[in-house]
Amino acid sequence: MIRFDRVSVTYAGDAVPALREATFHVPEGELCLVVGPTGSGKSTLLRAACGLVPHFSGGLLEGRVLVDGRDTRDHAPRDLADVVGVVVQDPATGFVTDTVEEELAYVMEQLGLSSAVMRKRVEEVMDLLGLAALRDRPLADLSGGEQQRVAIGSVLTSHPRVLVLDEPTSALDPSAAEDVLAALSRLVSDLGMTVLLAEHRLERVVQYADRVLLVGPDGTVVSGPPAQVLATSQVAPPIVELGRLAGWDPVALSVRDARRKVVPLRERLAEVAGRGAHGAVPAPTGSAPTAPHLAASGGTLLTARGLHVRYGRTRAVRGVDLDVRAGEVTAVMGRNGAGKSSLLWALQGSGPRTAGRVALPLADGADPAALRPSAVRRHVALVPQNPADLLYLESVAAECSAGDQQAGAAPGTTRGLLEGLTGDVAPAAHPRDLSEGQRLALVLAIQLAARPAVLVLDEPTRGLDYAAKAHLAHALRAHAAAGGAVLLSSHDVEFVAESASRVVVLAEGEVVADGTAAEILVASPTFAPQVAKILHPLEILTVAEVRAALTA
Amino acid sequence: MHPLAWWAWALGLAVATTRTTNPVVVGLVLAAVVLVVVARREDVPWARAFRGYLVLGLWIVVLRVLFYVVVGIKTPGLVLIDVPRVSLPAWAVGVELLGPVTLTGLLTAVYGGLRLATLVVCFGAANALANPRRALRSLPASLHQLGTAVVIAVSVTPQLVASAGAVRRAQQLRGSEPRGLALLRRTAVPVLTDALDRSLALAASMDSRGYARALPGRSDRRVGALLLGSLLAAALGTYGLLDGTAPAWLGVPVLLVGLTAAAVGSTLAGRQVRRTRYRPDRWALKETVVAASGLATAAILVLVSVGDPSALGTGAVDAWPQVPPVALVCALVAAVPAVVGLQPLGRAAGSSA
Repeated sequence: MIRFDRVSVTYAGDAVPALREATFHVPEGELCLVVGPTGSGKSTLLRAACGLVPHFSGGLLEGRVLVDGRDTRDHAPRDLADVVGVVVQDPATGFVTDTVEEELAYVMEQLGLSSAVMRKRVEEVMDLLGLAALRDRPLADLSGGEQQRVAIGSVLTSHPRVLVLDEPTSALDPSAAEDVLAALSRLVSDLGMTVLLAEHRLERVVQYADRVLLVGPDGTVVSGPPAQVLATSQVAPPIVELGRLAGWDPVALSVRDARRKVVPLRERLAEVAGRGAHGAVPAPTGSAPTAPHLAASGGTLLTARGLHVRYGRTRAVRGVDLDVRAGEVTAVMGRNGAGKSSLLWALQGSGPRTAGRVALPLADGADPAALRPSAVRRHVALVPQNPADLLYLESVAAECSAGDQQAGAAPGTTRGLLEGLTGDVAPAAHPRDLSEGQRLALVLAIQLAARPAVLVLDEPTRGLDYAAKAHLAHALRAHAAAGGAVLLSSHDVEFVAESASRVVVLAEGEVVADGTAAEILVASPTFAPQVAKILHPLEILTVAEVRAALTA
Repeated sequence: MHPLAWWAWALGLAVATTRTTNPVVVGLVLAAVVLVVVARREDVPWARAFRGYLVLGLWIVVLRVLFYVVVGIKTPGLVLIDVPRVSLPAWAVGVELLGPVTLTGLLTAVYGGLRLATLVVCFGAANALANPRRALRSLPASLHQLGTAVVIAVSVTPQLVASAGAVRRAQQLRGSEPRGLALLRRTAVPVLTDALDRSLALAASMDSRGYARALPGRSDRRVGALLLGSLLAAALGTYGLLDGTAPAWLGVPVLLVGLTAAAVGSTLAGRQVRRTRYRPDRWALKETVVAASGLATAAILVLVSVGDPSALGTGAVDAWPQVPPVALVCALVAAVPAVVGLQPLGRAAGSSA
């Protein structure tokens, strides 16, 4: 169905190709997963498969790309619209019309299908993806998961043979992601559709895949069955890491398979846990507050009482009480629209707050909302969902020196922090050209230069690969260990398991659970990380803990 | 409801407004417009903007009065406030700064402002009642691409506002509180790059969904020739119409020829695009009634004002304006859409199908 024949793509002005000599074939009716580190050319591969590279992006494409027998060299993306459906990463940017129904019909209008066919297909797709209840709703008012399902539906109505999706679940909470993926696997198994899917969070999708395309950092592509390719791949979900550690061959890809194989390992771990008097399985809790300046406040760096946030008729946060203590990494979890972002912004002081009190015990109980922005960030720093909003200069070096100046720090502070976070970054590089991980690190460095005690991050893991997430988790734990506190919101259960010591679950703006990461994550069916599901009932969350327990 | 029906209705009321200077008649039309909008609007983003048009109308009246007080020509009459006149240098002859404010002048300014405000509110009513995007869908096929471009341009503005807000909040997190040029620079760079990214993403999405797919081998040279010809005719015709010494045939007849050429060209161009419409809005009885109510209001007032130019005038400006009976009839006719095609309560009253 999709055939790449020695395809290399070089963008204008680049010395090295983004995709190098890629040769593979995806047969009809397969769900093919595209994996690889950030910036490795995954998007280029997807866009080459639907003709957007090179027709839309420019650049030089060598070799041949055939989709359903059509050569993308002679067919512009619009001429492939009846064969390939493309769903972009942020569905809201791709919407052309106002309402769900019109959006579903748009592609058919362009193809010139008859009225009767359009009516029938719109109804069919609505049933297939469960959109019937949303029919007349404005697209802007939908939740992230609903928007993603509409985006998929809006390309399905042309009855394409191939579906290309770029990180369809990156903005979704675990259960909304399950819905979208279930819909996709239904399309593959029931309608024989070929799906090409790029995703960073392999733990969510790997069980559905028939084939994996691994794009290396140099742009080469390896194609093969998932178990075989992932067994040796640098990017691998926790389940594969666990399989490698336990020496399974082939590695398990679904929790169900893994639970069948895990029995001996689990018995050994249970034995280790029982032998150690204080629990040999180390929990990733932060060290107790040791810094002397914390003694006065009893370790609490930020307190909130009876916090309410309301937008018009929507009550985003309802009566939240929260204490942020030194040495803790607290993860706020919950559905899309549960009020996580509103809570974080209100705690930091620059977001709206309808009622309630927030105080900084270290700043004589001052309210962050009453302080000037330049003073607040010395106590509470926030990294927003789209970190690039903070950047406005033309080079990394310029951003770093502006950061030093704004934070009142010694020259070179920001630069030093950045190097500690992500290694070497070319000082002359434009911030927009950095990878997602590097850009987040730059913003984090700018915010850390003011030495805030509390660091707040809103959805920091979007678009990060496993390596970048590991770096970030390490940096956050280090900040907490040095006597600070971290508060973050995330949908990424694996990242939370790796980084957080405490988890707060929000639903409808209220705190429904608050406890250590192990307590909350192990017990929850949606928020349990893969390792916890496999090793249930043991309270182990990450592969690193398993490794530590085995070597202890 | 078909969007064009609302536009026809609003246009009719706008024309009616221009035919009268009587503030009571204008006020009755304005009241009818507001009544219909309040009765018929749905809870959708574009309808929420109607309040903005009302505020804009109020501003127009206020500004009109301010202009009268500051630079308006001060007609003689009953002096309300005796503001001293500021004498200007000789080169600014003809412009008067301040001066005595008279009742006649003030009322003329208020009435003029009210008329202009009513025109703006008519436009706002059409926008609030008819989804602008759906209205563009009613364009002929040859203008489809243009219509889509307009839709996207329209949707960029609210996005820019939202994006500027997000960036400003994010910049504050950095602790910087820039003002003036520095603020503009720091906001503009991320906002514009964001807007550019969004437009590129949208363009890519539209391209891969078949936008601007042309049928191969169907390009038609006649379209270009016809459209060029109609442009030329439009230029010549306008010249003929405006220049009193030009021969008579150069005016309206040439304009008509140009219009015909444009219509034929547009139809031919539409044949090159194979594109269908999903559930097009249908023109039924209620659409006819709504459009007719607006057009009838315009027709009545035009006929009355042509028959007796003073019938809809104010008479003496400083006297209490008369209420011609025909104005009451007009207001009732204009308000008819408030009750046309209303579905019984309990059924989906908001559905436009």
